[in-house]
Amino acid sequence: MKCKVCRRPAVVDVRRHNAAFCSDCFLGHCRAQVERAVKEHRMMGPDERVLVAVSGGKDSLALWDILLDIGYQADGLYIGLGIAGYSQPSGEHARAFAAARQAHLVEVDLPSDFGYDVKTGAAADRRVPCSACGLSKRHVFDRAALDGGYDVVATGHNLDDEAAVLLGNVLRWDVAYLARQRPVLPGGEGFPRKVKPLVKLGERETAAYCVLKGLDYQVEECPMSAGNRHLGYKEALNAIEERSPGTKAAFYNGFLDRGSALGAELCQDEREGLHPCPSCAAPTTAAVCAFCKLVERAGGDPRRRIPVTAL
Amino acid sequence: MGGVKVLLRNPKRELEVPGPLGVLALLEQLGYIREAVLVIVDGTLVTGDATIADGSGVEIRPVVSGGATGPAPTGSPR
Ligand code: SF4
Ligand SMILES: [Zn+2]
Ligand SMILES: [Zn+2]
Repeated sequence: MKCKVCRRPAVVDVRRHNAAFCSDCFLGHCRAQVERAVKEHRMMGPDERVLVAVSGGKDSLALWDILLDIGYQADGLYIGLGIAGYSQPSGEHARAFAAARQAHLVEVDLPSDFGYDVKTGAAADRRVPCSACGLSKRHVFDRAALDGGYDVVATGHNLDDEAAVLLGNVLRWDVAYLARQRPVLPGGEGFPRKVKPLVKLGERETAAYCVLKGLDYQVEECPMSAGNRHLGYKEALNAIEERSPGTKAAFYNGFLDRGSALGAELCQDEREGLHPCPSCAAPTTAAVCAFCKLVERAGGDPRRRIPVTAL
Repeated sequence: MGGVKVLLRNPKRELEVPGPLGVLALLEQLGYIREAVLVIVDGTLVTGDATIADGSGVEIRPVVSGGATGPAPTGSPR
């Protein structure tokens, strides 16, 4: 195969674009897709301070790398989840990237900063690990972004993630979740703005980006992900994609174009009734927020400050 | 004839198949679909139409990651 752009020998094929690329043109393609997504959804301005949610995996490292290349003032935030065999190497990948790019990495460690880990938190709060993990990450990112004076939090959700979540939401016709499934969630009322600049790139593309850029990332999966519902949805979507390339993108983009009117008001309504959590000040509709409940049940201290230096 | 050394990830393991063979044939033989993996031959990413020479080292790297990618549970916006 030859590169669609320059006709040199190709190293990656992207079947949904019916195209193959050489290394340079592929890296350019990825950057262009991020720039397009940022522009199309008005995610952030060129002078805004961005906090990238960095896990040490392919998506978040590719995202951070691309945002830095484009010229954003982008810092990373890594959260140590205390997951044996996974958290330590993931953290090392995040640190190595930050050092190589001379970028600023903020680190929060659930065990040493808050006194619990994902597993004990999940057990104490009777949740599955990914639910406890997601709740913790959202809380810490929100807090860190607000405390650190960042304008926006960028996460590495890619096209495959979004298509899988969409499939799950549609299978259950969960209108409240569908309403919230957008590439940009506006900030305000105690929330930072959140954006997903990788929504035009599939995970095969973000992985290829890392390989071609020589970015070392955490390839081995988190041990808690086995049997995760989203993995099942991804498998199903990939089986369809294999027969008709472009299905995932058509599914997700069609939702953004035509389906997202579905919940615009719902999204507004949701913010009514919010008040600051008496314990940690995060916005909540409950007496005490879900994060504080989880941490207290797990025997930790939710009020610990997140060590973010406001610039 | 050294065969083709194949490195699989997650968990890491190694096996050997007779070469030379095409990338798609290798994936089919091992039960992978293209969309879910990258194929790296002797350290270089290759496209689906590539042929893998006997004696090469191949990594089949899964690209599908799992985890909580959904929005927050109802009742706690995001
Ligand atoms: S798989 Fe689940 S527990 Fe592991 S990092 Fe992802 S969300 Fe957290
Ligand atoms: Zn090219
Ligand atoms: Zn709280």
